[in-house]
Amino acid sequence: MGAKTRQRSAAPLMYFDSLHALLTMEGHGAYVWTAYLVTTMVIATVLLAPLRRRRHFLVQLAAELKRAKGASGTSTRGER
Amino acid sequence: MWSFFHKLGSPPWLYAISGVILRWLLPLTLLALAVGVTWGLLFTAPDFRQGNSYRIIYIHVPAAVVALAGYYLMAIAGAINLIWRMKMADVAMKAAAPVGAAFTFIALFTGAVWGKPTWGTWWVWDARITSMLILLFLYLGVVALYEAFDNKEAAGKACAVLSLVGMVNIPIIYKSVDWWYSLHQPASIKFTGDSTIDSSMLYPLLLMIASFYALFTCCLLLNMRAELLQREARTQWVRKLASAVRPH
Repeated sequence: MGAKTRQRSAAPLMYFDSLHALLTMEGHGAYVWTAYLVTTMVIATVLLAPLRRRRHFLVQLAAELKRAKGASGTSTRGER
Repeated sequence: MWSFFHKLGSPPWLYAISGVILRWLLPLTLLALAVGVTWGLLFTAPDFRQGNSYRIIYIHVPAAVVALAGYYLMAIAGAINLIWRMKMADVAMKAAAPVGAAFTFIALFTGAVWGKPTWGTWWVWDARITSMLILLFLYLGVVALYEAFDNKEAAGKACAVLSLVGMVNIPIIYKSVDWWYSLHQPASIKFTGDSTIDSSMLYPLLLMIASFYALFTCCLLLNMRAELLQREARTQWVRKLASAVRPH
């Protein structure tokens, strides 16, 4: 026990001894991991939503411009 | 100085410069978040009273801090739009609302999950928690109000007024743990006086707070860029961008 304590204070080592200890966190694992998982999902949504919105808008506008160009024949007068 | 403000009012300039900023800021932010989360989850000792559940602090506190700062930004942008009719301020305000709502939701959700093992309950109608819930409704109110108007200028004004009136909630949130008897603990980090948190826990927390600020900035810029394109759909620079897009 003493050796373990010395080892821990000697270097900033990982607190948990095993993957199982990390997942269960002495009974608090479910709370901690749920909090981190939901936060990750919310952050991913907030980051990806505007990227998708921007992409969707540009693709739609590109199609619209192509249609307008097609409707006005080969001339480029339709473009503003 | 003035030329900077002039440029700030130019949508193509803002779109271009935000693209350059995001190219650097977004990867750095994600890296800082990964380091902060790993540090907080794996390399810190548990709290002597709360055990490992305290590790939620590394997302709960940064989310709450940034949710409040985001509200300031939204209200100030609203005020600038009301007083100087600056269109870009309106864009910033509209972009901040959903991001602020998401960060407030994270603060409330992680608080509830932290509350269960610590206080024995998911939720209490406590001054701090209730005022944070009101903050979430204020953010969602701004999002909904924007959608409710067809006239975007009127929507911007109404939302600016709503967010300015909602500012009254901010000091209540800050002071709620001092003014009322509360289950919620008082602030651990203090600008004046000693912080009541050990430095081994403080450094990863400060890193996470800085990362969440950067994350908020990234989300804000991404939303502003999407909004700018839609508002400027009829202009030459947006059409030029669209014509360079491959449709798949």
